[in-house]
Amino acid sequence: MANEKSTNVAGARPEGATATRARRTLSTPARYVINTILVVAFLVIGDLMVSGGAISRYQGFVLQQVGIYIIMAVSLNIATGYLGQLPLGHAGFMSIGGYSCAIFIIRVSEAIGVTSQDFINGTPVCGLLFVVGVVFGGLCAALSGLVIGIPALRLKGDYLAIITLGFAEIIRVVMLNIDTVVGFELTGGAKGLIGIPPYTSFLNVFAVVAISLFLIHTMMKSRHGRAILAIRDNEIAAEATGVNTTYYKTFAFVVSAFFAGVAGALYAGCIGVMAPARFGFMKSIEILVMVVLGGMGSMLGSVVSATVLTILPEALRAFADYRMIAYAVVLILTMIFRPQGLMGRYDFSLGNVIEHLMNGELPWARKKADKEADANA
Amino acid sequence: MPNKHERSVLVQMETPNLIPERDLGQIPVLEAKHLGIDFGGLTAVDDFNIAMGKTEISGLIGPNGAGKTTIFNLLTNVYKPTRGTILVDGYDTAGMSMVQVNKMGIARTFQNIRLFDKMSVVDNILVGFGNQMGTSLATDLLRLPAHWRREREFRDRAMDLLGIFDMQRFANTEAGNLPYGAQRRLEILRALATEPKVLLLDEPAAGMNPNETEELMENIQKIRDEFQIAILLIEHDMGLVMGICEVVGVLDYGRIIAKGTPDQIQNDPQVIEAYLGKQEVI
Amino acid sequence: MTFLTQVLNGLQLGSIYALVALGYTMVYGIILLLNFAHGDIIMVGAYISWVAMASLGLHPAIAVVLSIGGCALLGVLIDKVAYAPLRNAPRLSILITAIGVSYFLENGAQLVFGADAKVVPAFVDAPNIVVGDAHVSVIAVITIVVTAVSTAVLTFLVQRTKLGRAMRAVSEDMGAARLMGINVNTTISFTFAVGSALAGIGAILYSMAYAQATPTMGIMLGTKAFVAAVLGGIGSIPGAVIGGLLVGFAEVLVSAIGLSVWKDAVVFALLIIVLIVRPTGILGRTMNEKV
Repeated sequence: MANEKSTNVAGARPEGATATRARRTLSTPARYVINTILVVAFLVIGDLMVSGGAISRYQGFVLQQVGIYIIMAVSLNIATGYLGQLPLGHAGFMSIGGYSCAIFIIRVSEAIGVTSQDFINGTPVCGLLFVVGVVFGGLCAALSGLVIGIPALRLKGDYLAIITLGFAEIIRVVMLNIDTVVGFELTGGAKGLIGIPPYTSFLNVFAVVAISLFLIHTMMKSRHGRAILAIRDNEIAAEATGVNTTYYKTFAFVVSAFFAGVAGALYAGCIGVMAPARFGFMKSIEILVMVVLGGMGSMLGSVVSATVLTILPEALRAFADYRMIAYAVVLILTMIFRPQGLMGRYDFSLGNVIEHLMNGELPWARKKADKEADANA
Repeated sequence: MPNKHERSVLVQMETPNLIPERDLGQIPVLEAKHLGIDFGGLTAVDDFNIAMGKTEISGLIGPNGAGKTTIFNLLTNVYKPTRGTILVDGYDTAGMSMVQVNKMGIARTFQNIRLFDKMSVVDNILVGFGNQMGTSLATDLLRLPAHWRREREFRDRAMDLLGIFDMQRFANTEAGNLPYGAQRRLEILRALATEPKVLLLDEPAAGMNPNETEELMENIQKIRDEFQIAILLIEHDMGLVMGICEVVGVLDYGRIIAKGTPDQIQNDPQVIEAYLGKQEVI
Repeated sequence: MTFLTQVLNGLQLGSIYALVALGYTMVYGIILLLNFAHGDIIMVGAYISWVAMASLGLHPAIAVVLSIGGCALLGVLIDKVAYAPLRNAPRLSILITAIGVSYFLENGAQLVFGADAKVVPAFVDAPNIVVGDAHVSVIAVITIVVTAVSTAVLTFLVQRTKLGRAMRAVSEDMGAARLMGINVNTTISFTFAVGSALAGIGAILYSMAYAQATPTMGIMLGTKAFVAAVLGGIGSIPGAVIGGLLVGFAEVLVSAIGLSVWKDAVVFALLIIVLIVRPTGILGRTMNEKV
């Protein structure tokens, strides 16, 4: 229904919108170039530090987990912060992604004779296996997200929470007992899946983190993302405005599950063992805490709180007993005193920051300008 | 596509004076026949009939609880009618979703404003443009040139729409932070962005001062003229209804008790008794 | 195991679920909150019994009173501290708070009592009665009778008393109830007290049957009871009982055919199926959002 009539409606183009004053701007390609350079620099320097020994094996291991939990938090943020639903089975998708990727890589490397040492050396075949395995893990999780999303998203709030919690429990029980059903060793049951080759490294984990963040960002800053946000803000109005709410709710849910699966795939390679007990309700709550604390709907918030909440417990091992109870208190206090989380819905844009600096606008000066603008409005 | 039911052409005989002359001889853009809905045992709307010309502005008035908003909810398939049919451009909308009805060409605003509060003003309108943008997921995810082209094109169109109400300076404001009147106006623009053939306005002037209402009246007519669409509005402000509507229907207890030009309605003894007499509006 | 024994097992387990489900239904009915911490209140009740009998050596009757009273008090306290400040906040915030409270209680219990299971001493000395070739557990009979009586008392309370009327009024329309002179906060506290007292009774019946307390016992019990409440139709007292019995029987049936490791999965699958077929549950009523 291409309709050309609207191109010349409503008279004059707004004057004030584009050019209030001559302002230096950063073109979109420039923004992308700057961001790409920084990401590549981060990856290269990090990789050099790991191979050079500036980052110890243990620190590297913790860093990989930071990356994994960043993806977990950002992916849950899609369903919670952007879509406004509260799924409580995020760990279930993580476990599906982890098991499917690990099983895939174990089986295929056995079949084609790739050894663990090859993964450590990083041969091209292993690189390919890694990419296919991680995507496969994500797709398996996405598929299960679709299966549970279709019935769950017909329900609201609490029902969705409980149905996803139940689904994650079903996944846990299946992983635990599937071997007796299929008749051969698939998941390893309660003792866990062992012999997973160490297919992750600082470099490939954070490359996946960067790609995931990029894709989620571009999704949200497009018509698809706006449809998702519209549903969060007012579902009935969204529907009346032509947003296919069923489709977009399912879509957001499936994307959220996909990235949880990707994180799970990385987790399996990083930890080297998969056991159903690791993906219980508690794990889902841990990730929820990251999202809530960072600010529902803020990608930067999720990234920061996932980083802090992964490193902090490692740094403060002595307080391990109090960690969970501290999570609980943080969750309650955040909801009562700062429900928007630490970052609110603020999303960081390096390009914007540079743009402000180019115009000599410092953060404090900008606030003043905003206030003046508000006063005028 | 749904079955094309009856392509009845509006004829002067059936409803004299009710269809503006310029719209005669064409298919009614919106037609409801014997529409009714019961909630439990209670009949909220009964035997509601309307046939709107392509560029007609009509008003629906009546006391609170008469069923005006219920009619909007029926026309947009929020509720499923117990009786009767709705035809948009001759197509029966029975069984369609709200989204499909919107795609057929019906857009609406809400009595209790329903904006996307936490999105910017321009994004609210862009949601309305979503289906026309039509960029594929891959295009958007990978930021292919088509993504930028469409984004820029529709952002410009959104700014044009904002221009109708002189609201460009609010483009990046969070919709929930807009002043009340501006929120009502934004809802109209968001509805317009879906390129409707019929615009349903539920109390567009509620909470506005006389100046704002005056401006709104002009703008409603301007929108009709520029977009060549039909507008059906619910309003308590009699000045607005009598000032811009070509046809006015009076609803009481779920039934139309009178229908005619503003002049006829103002002089209808039944209306004066049932509605205007009680409320002393004019 | 005979058929009669299995039926009794199903009734016993179902009764416990029903009692817990009643608590969910009451709280949900009045403030539309899925009280995630409800299952953990049961856990606390079981620990109170353990402390009273095993540590302090008190008489079981005193332990019963302490458990029920302690749970009721805890329920009111949780509402006052965590939920009341959020009465006008978005639903998502309150739900997350409830999860936080649940998490707090579990980890608090783990900190205080350790992760190992504590053995709760027997409340009554009750050998099984042998009827024909069936073993009839006296505890099962007690559980069923206590649940039946509790449900009857609760129904009377909600339907016939002034407080019950206030509860129903608040659940219909909090604002209107306030305008009619009903003290909304008192009514909500009272609802929490009654719902949590039922959880206390559930804790005792559970401890009688399984004789142990662990910090995480409330999660599964609570979740399944919530499943029961949703199955029966949330907000409905008879619905909660029907749902509870249904879940109980489903579990016993799955175990009886030798698939006990799958019983949790079956319960949740049941929930998913019911919610797809009939989202309001068996006795629930639909609520439409006003447009």
